[in-house]
Amino acid sequence: MQVTFYIAAGVAILSTIMVITRFNIIHALLYLVVSFMALAVVFYIMGAPFAAALEVIVYAGAIVVLIIFVIMMLNLKSEAVAQEKKWLTPEVYVGPAILCIILLAELIYTIGVGNTVGITGQIVDVKEVGQSLYGEYILGVELSGMLLMSGIVGAYHLGRQKKKVVHRFLEKPEE
Amino acid sequence: MSELQATSGLLLAGTLFMLGLIGVLIRRNIIFMLVSVEIMLNAAGLAFIVAGSKWAQPDGQVMFIFILTMAAAEVSVGLALILQIHHQLKTLDSDAANTMKG
Repeated sequence: MQVTFYIAAGVAILSTIMVITRFNIIHALLYLVVSFMALAVVFYIMGAPFAAALEVIVYAGAIVVLIIFVIMMLNLKSEAVAQEKKWLTPEVYVGPAILCIILLAELIYTIGVGNTVGITGQIVDVKEVGQSLYGEYILGVELSGMLLMSGIVGAYHLGRQKKKVVHRFLEKPEE
Repeated sequence: MSELQATSGLLLAGTLFMLGLIGVLIRRNIIFMLVSVEIMLNAAGLAFIVAGSKWAQPDGQVMFIFILTMAAAEVSVGLALILQIHHQLKTLDSDAANTMKG
């Protein structure tokens, strides 16, 4: 169990590094799917099989497909990859990366020092999650339904491409 | 399972969150920034799963489901904004969208 956890964690970290350093966005999304799959394995090892299934279905399935559809609608050409290569130069990424790594080192030190109690190793199955979700968290479920509704309305409103209305006297006369 | 795994699960969540933060900071393409925000949300969900597994309570997975819902709503609105920015500015450079008049 320990070894599988460490292998999955290594795969997740490596593929996430590949995501944020790729120039072609489709390649980055493929690595993102690998990262989500590895995290699903981690969830399964942690004793959360329902969360692992949701990770594969919603993250690796729905969200990545949504991003791919939008990239297809944008119709990016090969110049976009060259432009990405031009944007991502070492002087841009070295500073923020070093600062973030310092923060991570502090976090690792804090977690390593603190005394933690061991995992019980008990599997929390779908039944308990469902009873909790529709019992004490019912208000949260209703609120997230409203959030999804506002997401749909917002995406429709923002995604609509308005026609430019130019007054006919302000238009340039055609030669 | 031992005590090591709760610690290393939290460390994995922290590392993934930092990678997503680096991605938001260093990329100029808006789509890459959105993907990095997804990575950060996923790492936060992993932390909740680890905590729920540590105390063998279902609350961690419930919070993960809420984070999942929020990520889905956020990515749909964000992609609609990206479409609108690309339609108006003809570029995906986030520095190009620095004026309020668009």
